[in-house]
Amino acid sequence: MADAVAKPPRVTRRRTGGPARRLPYLLIAPAGLLMLGFIAYPMLSVLYYSLRNYNVTKPWRNGYAGFDNFTRILTDDPQFWDTLVFSGKWVVTEVLLQLLLGLALALLVHQTFLGRGLARALVFSPWAVSGVLTTTIWMLLYNPSTGISRYLADAGIGSYGTSVLSDTGTVFWAAVVAELWRGVPFFAILILADLQSIPQDLYEAASVDGAGRARRFFHITLPHLKDAIILSTLLRGVWEFNNVDLLYTLTGGGPAGQTTTLPLYVANTGINGHDFGYASALTTVAFVILLFCSILYLRLSKFGGDAK
Amino acid sequence: MTAALAEQGTRPAPAATPPPAARGSRRRGLDQGVPRWQIYLPLCLYLLFTLVPFYWMLLFALRPAGSNALVPWPITGEHFQKVWNERSFGIFFQNSMIVGVASLVMTTAVALAGGYALARFDFRIKKGFMLALLASQFIPGALMLVPLFEIFKNLQMINSLGSVVIAETVFQLPLSIILISGFIKNVPVSLEEQAWVDGCGRFRAFCAVVLPLLRPGLIAVGSFAFVHSWNHFLFALMFLSSQDKQTIPVGLNTLIGADSVDLGALAAGGVIAAVPVVIVFAFIQKWLITGFSAGAVKG
Repeated sequence: MADAVAKPPRVTRRRTGGPARRLPYLLIAPAGLLMLGFIAYPMLSVLYYSLRNYNVTKPWRNGYAGFDNFTRILTDDPQFWDTLVFSGKWVVTEVLLQLLLGLALALLVHQTFLGRGLARALVFSPWAVSGVLTTTIWMLLYNPSTGISRYLADAGIGSYGTSVLSDTGTVFWAAVVAELWRGVPFFAILILADLQSIPQDLYEAASVDGAGRARRFFHITLPHLKDAIILSTLLRGVWEFNNVDLLYTLTGGGPAGQTTTLPLYVANTGINGHDFGYASALTTVAFVILLFCSILYLRLSKFGGDAK
Repeated sequence: MTAALAEQGTRPAPAATPPPAARGSRRRGLDQGVPRWQIYLPLCLYLLFTLVPFYWMLLFALRPAGSNALVPWPITGEHFQKVWNERSFGIFFQNSMIVGVASLVMTTAVALAGGYALARFDFRIKKGFMLALLASQFIPGALMLVPLFEIFKNLQMINSLGSVVIAETVFQLPLSIILISGFIKNVPVSLEEQAWVDGCGRFRAFCAVVLPLLRPGLIAVGSFAFVHSWNHFLFALMFLSSQDKQTIPVGLNTLIGADSVDLGALAAGGVIAAVPVVIVFAFIQKWLITGFSAGAVKG
């Protein structure tokens, strides 16, 4: 590598000969090898396991299973469909609310006002907070005997001793609010970054032509933000689907499986149930569903469609 | 008015104070005609939503056990002492630091090399490499725990912090490479070529010319890496079996899952977990938005 790096490149850059041709490969080698070893290879192992019976607690059944695992998922596992429906509900609710609130927040802190720097720092701060820490914070807030609800009840609002996390009617929204708390800043930061790149003279011209605030928003701001919005909703959708930190620690998927997403179901099957073969098949199905939804989403939203 | 509008457009990150003319005047000025209260009212509501949870955690961490006061007074350090010493958060903190800093260094270094290759070269597998980076975003890290566990077992790295560092690094690499190559693309090639003409090699030209300009972007990417691996929990939970190797999120999870939850200890543990990321956040906050607009959105 040393000689490739040390030699001063010729001024007339010929990128076809000698060390200059090897250099890009050397540069991507560390990243490529790490990803081959720790993403591609495990992914292939998942595919391999998915075709096998592989349960640590039932070693006598280990062996090739063909598509048995997949047949079982699709025809004989009501829990799979339940978790799939919950995953969809969870992802759509989270992404939609995070987008709307994040957009509103970004527009808000894009304005010029006194104390803007501090306000931005404060409203974006939950972005840095993790799943388990979010759980910690919201467990304290939701605690039935010492949390917010108790103080509200003291003030005559609501009743004592309600635990929003153990009630099947409220647990979904309790989890949604906790996840919103740390998810909205992500959207706001991305959208704010893009807002700042809109040329100000567009607004100026529109104002001169008599466009009001609403029209300027729908005809200048929103079209300009389109690609950033599509990309961030996609990334966030994938993340909300895949990430299990918060639900694993906040609700554990309960009560009564009310908050079990598909990845959480996989984690429970594999880690706690030791049924690696079935968990791997579920993983494969989850990956295919995710890829399919993402491609469909990019198609439908015509990402990068209009010349920009 | 037009001058004021134009001025705002060219200022990248304006200071917080608006010019006196805009304040109190209902004319359309810098803010495109939004009345003050329409800014401050929703902002205050959102701030309430953001800050009350943080305050709540501080309240529980600082007030004595059994107190129901809404202001933590008198302040006590008993909960911190307890989690730090009895609950081994001192050791967890140290482990989390090692994992965080090591994956910061690894992610930044590896992504810098990869990002430079993507930004400055055309090579045969470039498209495939980009595709692999994007595709890897769809692979749920949590679902690969089993094969990863077996790999680390074969490498005899189970129960060593190295396994967590590698796993965290690998899953942050794709996005970091894309971000960094975006930053490098924003540095004009002509600057580098100028340095080559002056007799620098590619490496020296890169260090002297490109690297200083990348600083904000590198700080952003490095901070993501640190914050992410500081916060992340499943890899540590799975790969580290002994108590003295565990990280803060695992420690917190143990407190959450305890039969009778000690809320004071839980809150104090939460504060300990939050402090480093809040410091990092405060430090990078001003670069965050420009970093994103340069690297991610503009690609």
